[in-house]
Amino acid sequence: MAREPRSGRPGLVWAVPALVYFAALALFPMILVVGLSFCSWNGLGDPQWIGLGNWRKLASDPQLGSSLWLSLETGVVTWLVQTAICLPLGVWSAGRQRSRAVVSTMFFVPLLMSSAAIALVFSALLDPNFGLAGLLGPWLGVDDGNFIGSPGLAIWAVMFVITWQFVPFHTLLYQAATRQIPVVLYEAATLDGAGRWRQFFSITVPQLRNSIVTSSVLMLVGSLTYFDIVLLLTSGGPGTATRTLPLHMYLTGFSSFDMGLGSALATLLLIAGTALSLLVVRVTGFRRMASVREGL
Amino acid sequence: MTRTRSTLRTAVAVAASALALALAACGSPADAGPSMQVWVLQDKALNPVQQKVTDTYNAGKPSVRAAVQPFANDPYKQKLQTAIGSPNAPDVFLNWGGGNLNTYVKAGNVTDLTAALDANPAFKNSFLPSVLDGGKINGRYYGVPMAGVQPVILFFNKDVLAKAGVTAPPATWAAMLAAIDRLKAAGVIPIALAGSQAWTELMWLEYLLERVGGPQVFADIEAGKPGAWSHPAVLTALTMIRDLVDRGAFGTSFGSVGQDSGGADALLAKGKAGMLLMGSWEYAGQLSTAPEFVQNGRLGWAPFPAVEGGKGDAKAVVGNPSNFFSVSAKSAHGPHAISYIEKTVTSPDYVSGLIKIGQVPAVAGLSAQLASGPNASYTTFVYDMVKDAPSFTQSWDQALDPATAQKMLTNLQQVFNKQISPQQFVTAMGT
Repeated sequence: MAREPRSGRPGLVWAVPALVYFAALALFPMILVVGLSFCSWNGLGDPQWIGLGNWRKLASDPQLGSSLWLSLETGVVTWLVQTAICLPLGVWSAGRQRSRAVVSTMFFVPLLMSSAAIALVFSALLDPNFGLAGLLGPWLGVDDGNFIGSPGLAIWAVMFVITWQFVPFHTLLYQAATRQIPVVLYEAATLDGAGRWRQFFSITVPQLRNSIVTSSVLMLVGSLTYFDIVLLLTSGGPGTATRTLPLHMYLTGFSSFDMGLGSALATLLLIAGTALSLLVVRVTGFRRMASVREGL
Repeated sequence: MTRTRSTLRTAVAVAASALALALAACGSPADAGPSMQVWVLQDKALNPVQQKVTDTYNAGKPSVRAAVQPFANDPYKQKLQTAIGSPNAPDVFLNWGGGNLNTYVKAGNVTDLTAALDANPAFKNSFLPSVLDGGKINGRYYGVPMAGVQPVILFFNKDVLAKAGVTAPPATWAAMLAAIDRLKAAGVIPIALAGSQAWTELMWLEYLLERVGGPQVFADIEAGKPGAWSHPAVLTALTMIRDLVDRGAFGTSFGSVGQDSGGADALLAKGKAGMLLMGSWEYAGQLSTAPEFVQNGRLGWAPFPAVEGGKGDAKAVVGNPSNFFSVSAKSAHGPHAISYIEKTVTSPDYVSGLIKIGQVPAVAGLSAQLASGPNASYTTFVYDMVKDAPSFTQSWDQALDPATAQKMLTNLQQVFNKQISPQQFVTAMGT
């Protein structure tokens, strides 16, 4: 019996460039931020150690609860809406028909635009006097088209733009995953008399389970970093109506120049993001790495 | 507030922190002989003028040459904040005076220029006094004006006002309220307001407080005197603002209108709104986006109306007095840096260069030169307004420390949106 070649797993050395990169540009700044959260610093001079001062300030920060809630709301709503759109759309666009390919290509355009470009386009569209908001507003019960300027509606406008931005990406995930599903499953189901809907719910959705988890983690954890769109569209306004957690962090650190408190917020975000992704992975059983193709 | 608020301004902000870090990593360029760094803002029109006078200065073979380094607007503040106390500090740096400069002064990063100015009275007296005061902190001079003046002005669309039967721009508050009602009846938005950006709303509070209570009320607020926000004039001014909102002076959807995106400018230029309160840079902005509106003489301008019974002088102005040059305390070439400033910012080349690009320099005795230059009627109006002003209060978001300014802008936006009452604003700012 010929000796099997050593299994293809490369040694640790192979990971060194990535590890160095990660350590220098992610880990090291993260440690600095955690350290800075115990200091008072406005960017001038040297940071002063103040122990738990920032964390106490954070505990009594009236904006923190509202920012947390806004981030949570944005995360959950955009996750639900995007999944409801992306899953069927991805499955549909996985079909090999040429018409679908053409429509899909057009649909992926937002993926090519930077967040800044998207935000600028939408601030023009949401202008109540010269944009689409004034025209479409009356149809949606907002006669004067005052979406991003209304404390109640602004966050929904932000969520709409975020959804618009990320739907193509998640659709692409589902499209690719759908194309991986073995055709034999559908052929067998057809022979057994399963209809379109039955096939979708009994074959497609279970087969896409891992993609659903991946996409959900990306969306939920990603929602903690939705920042650029909000900054450019509303700057957290009107008032504090769209001041999500990452924006609160940025404004505290870089507009109020309270780097210590900003770092405490950043640390909080770091913990929240890590906890959230661990939670999703655990709840969905993704960690078991169970195959959806066992027996095929 | 600076003149370089463009559409992309906020877009740039996103990349700002990353860029600031990248810039911080760079050292100064190697050059033959000692040189000093002069930090300015990127400005396509102004930078060549600065380069020209710097070249002239260097041509005089000074022992220390000057090198101009321009930075983009938003990253600049962060870059300066981190560099000024470090060994990479510039020798001469642009700033906005007031609270912005005060932060650096308090940290001991800025050279006191009072003695130098007193030793050179010809230079000191060449500036408009109200503007030169913008570089004064606690009675000492730390900055010298180096750009055009930017008072806030009431702009209007002459056609829209005429159609609504408003024959002259309102000179008093009563006339203002009457004009608002007439414009509303004529079916236009009386006043364009970019309510998605709170600093545009701030201009209303700045002027109303100035007219109602005089300059001392904000001077006390700026100095951080306890209870300064509780001055009755603050509540009066905010109540007047609330009255404007309730009257529909700004329409109903002003909260969605943007200044950077050009939403408010377009309202005025396209005749959908009658008036707009904005910094003097509005003229140049309209000239580039709606040239026919300006060239056909449809754009009008006037001082902010007087408020009957108010303590403030109707000639007082608010806005950005100017940008300033200061010398950093860490500079190894202090005397040379001061000499550079003295030899450039009031030189005939620099002054005529500023006028040529549409700015109104903060230099005395320019009436004739402005009258023969481009856009003479507008530049003369701005110049006279500032020249005759008994006080020039700096934009509050520049004058106050950054954290207070943030809080104030947020609360003010909530007053405009009727989320909080004027009294709640006062209470919130007082704590």
